[in-house]
Amino acid sequence: MFRTPMPPAVYFRAAVALSGRFPALAGVDLVVSKGEVVVLEGANGAGKTSLLRACAGLIPVSSGEAVVLGCDLRSDRTAVRRRVGLLGHSGALYDELTAAENVRFATCSLRSGGARSRRSRSREVSDRVSEALERVGLGGRPARTPAGRLSAGQRRRAALAVLIARDPELWLLDEPHAGLDAEARKLMGETVREAASAGATVLLASHEPEETVHLADRFVTLSGGRVTRERTCGELMGNLGEPPSGDADERARESREATGERGEATGERGEIVGERREVIGGIHVA
Amino acid sequence: MWRDAGLVAGKDLRIELRSRVVSTQVAPFAVLVLVLFAIALGPDPKPLLQAAPGLFWVSVLFASLVASQRSFAVESSEGARDGLRLWGLDPAGVFLGKVTALCTELLAIGLLLGAGIVLLYGARIHSYGELVVAAVAGIVGLASAGTLYGAMVSGLRVRETLLPLLLLPVVAPVALGGTRAWQGALASTQASSPGPWLQLLIIFAAVYLALGVVIFGPLQEAS
Amino acid sequence: MSRRATWALRVVGIAAVVSVAATVWLGLWITPPDKVQGNFVRLVYVHPALAWVSLYLAFGIAALGSVLWLWPRTRSPLWDRVAASAVEVGTVFTGLTIVTGSIWGRTTWGVWWAWDARLTSTALLFVLLLGYLALRRVPADYEARARRCAVAALIAAIDVPIVHFSVQWWNTLHQNATVLNSNLSPTIHGSMAWTLLLGFVSFTLVFVWMFAMRLRIEKLSDRAADFELEDAIHERWAEGTLEELGEEQGEEQKVEVRS
Repeated sequence: MFRTPMPPAVYFRAAVALSGRFPALAGVDLVVSKGEVVVLEGANGAGKTSLLRACAGLIPVSSGEAVVLGCDLRSDRTAVRRRVGLLGHSGALYDELTAAENVRFATCSLRSGGARSRRSRSREVSDRVSEALERVGLGGRPARTPAGRLSAGQRRRAALAVLIARDPELWLLDEPHAGLDAEARKLMGETVREAASAGATVLLASHEPEETVHLADRFVTLSGGRVTRERTCGELMGNLGEPPSGDADERARESREATGERGEATGERGEIVGERREVIGGIHVA
Repeated sequence: MWRDAGLVAGKDLRIELRSRVVSTQVAPFAVLVLVLFAIALGPDPKPLLQAAPGLFWVSVLFASLVASQRSFAVESSEGARDGLRLWGLDPAGVFLGKVTALCTELLAIGLLLGAGIVLLYGARIHSYGELVVAAVAGIVGLASAGTLYGAMVSGLRVRETLLPLLLLPVVAPVALGGTRAWQGALASTQASSPGPWLQLLIIFAAVYLALGVVIFGPLQEAS
Repeated sequence: MSRRATWALRVVGIAAVVSVAATVWLGLWITPPDKVQGNFVRLVYVHPALAWVSLYLAFGIAALGSVLWLWPRTRSPLWDRVAASAVEVGTVFTGLTIVTGSIWGRTTWGVWWAWDARLTSTALLFVLLLGYLALRRVPADYEARARRCAVAALIAAIDVPIVHFSVQWWNTLHQNATVLNSNLSPTIHGSMAWTLLLGFVSFTLVFVWMFAMRLRIEKLSDRAADFELEDAIHERWAEGTLEELGEEQGEEQKVEVRS
């Protein structure tokens, strides 16, 4: 059986993005299919945050190709914003508003389709907001506290609640586990898994392979503003010396099939960059 | 667009209500400017009375400078600036919302300053209608230009020094028109017909409101 | 720059020098002094021409360039350069307008500055131009800077007529009509008229030449920035390779430890 190829969620080819005069992204080649969970790794300054921000259409791509969710970022990068959710280092929260008000403000701007009455729309938003806050464990009193007085972990949870409430097609998470306690990390992992199983695509930047290895289909290494290596989680776990769990194996196999041929010169630096990955979206071979 | 404007205006005003920065810092600053002028122009009340309309408008101008800065300082806290763009709000709506919130704050300050020149400078009002129209039109124009320039410099480190240089020359006509219009409305100064000046203020406000709606979107992308 | 353009620019430059020289000769020697203002009337050959160039030509070009850059369909780095060059050269000319106006005022009215309509509005516009230049110097990537400056230029351009008319009303509606309101322009006839025209032409040519040169400098500096960008990209790749080396070594060590 052969399904028609779906366009990839993220398609970057030789993308260069500038921050001032500095090339934050210096020729990125990346293809992410819909529904995939991809982890970006790399040293500080490698360009992970810039790549996520570029996917959100926040920084302009000055050359190369960049198409996210079907929107060409080079011609109009504002169109894609409604459909993506970015969880940055610092949550985009207003200090004087409570967590609930913050989530509400972020969600209200979503235009729900259909001619529904204002009251029912407002009620729908309220429901979404309280569900999201409950999900992240901020129901009750923390929801009514001004964001400025929340702890860093709680702020991160509130920012996650924004994402959950908005339910975007593409999740962009910038080091989501950093600064979180064990319980919050578990929550983060669960949320990512739920989002992925609901069909969203997830791009995660992380320094902590132990947290992400159970979530990801693929690991992409960024270095010097470029993608230098791609590995499936099976390979990564082999490197880490852990016995591959059945689950991850299954996922690894699926992603290998889904992404087609990938010429991988393992261990060879520099050669990978030159190769054109013949990935044309998810060609699902069932 | 209108819905987003309402959202943003509500958000800005709610933040102001909670943080009270405009009421506890900007308003006293505006009154302080009036006091400083009084110190500069001498204890004799006549020159103060003569200059009262002009001093009112200069104080309003300075207050609008500070308030515009504040309006965008709120957005820079911890990545909130990204939020307005990320959440897909209509930029024209964001502009109108911010202008509305800024207008409300400036009108409150204007009321305070008006009372100030009546009490401190001994001015007497003989035509409330013109006074109010001039004040409203002038402040709408100030808020529009202030929001535009505030957005332009919001991401920059040098914003505190750049904003006055950019904003004040552009709103000089408001100071001019407002002063002349108020001169007509205050009993104690030479009366000159305020008609053309009111027109000037209204035209200025309309032009900058329209310009802002059109250009705020592209401008936001520049951060 | 193409050979034809270089040649054309050279012609303009020579024409500018020649016409300015002619203006100076005619203005200072050939034309007669005014009955009222004496020799100081010769500033009429310079000041209005400077004002016309800076206010209409420079601002007009800057506004046009800004609009064309902001309009997505016509956007191109050329328009950003055009606007910036026009503003820069225009600032020089506006400064000269103010200085010559001030000198003329000193000789006619006895004061270095007066709040007449022209001087005041020109002063405000001068500050607007300075604001644009300050904005341009703020370090940012190309697109952000061009966008900010284009909007600033547009706002300033829209403000030009507003400032002009409001200050004019301010002056004419002002109660005390003093000698400051008297028209600076003396009666012009004969050789003076021709010199006046020549003055306009020569300063326009000077503006065009300076503008074109500035445009060329801006284009070359953009090109230099592109080369710098390529170098920066290669440096970035290099730092990436070093990182990888470190990483791989680290991983090998990790594997060794485990096994």
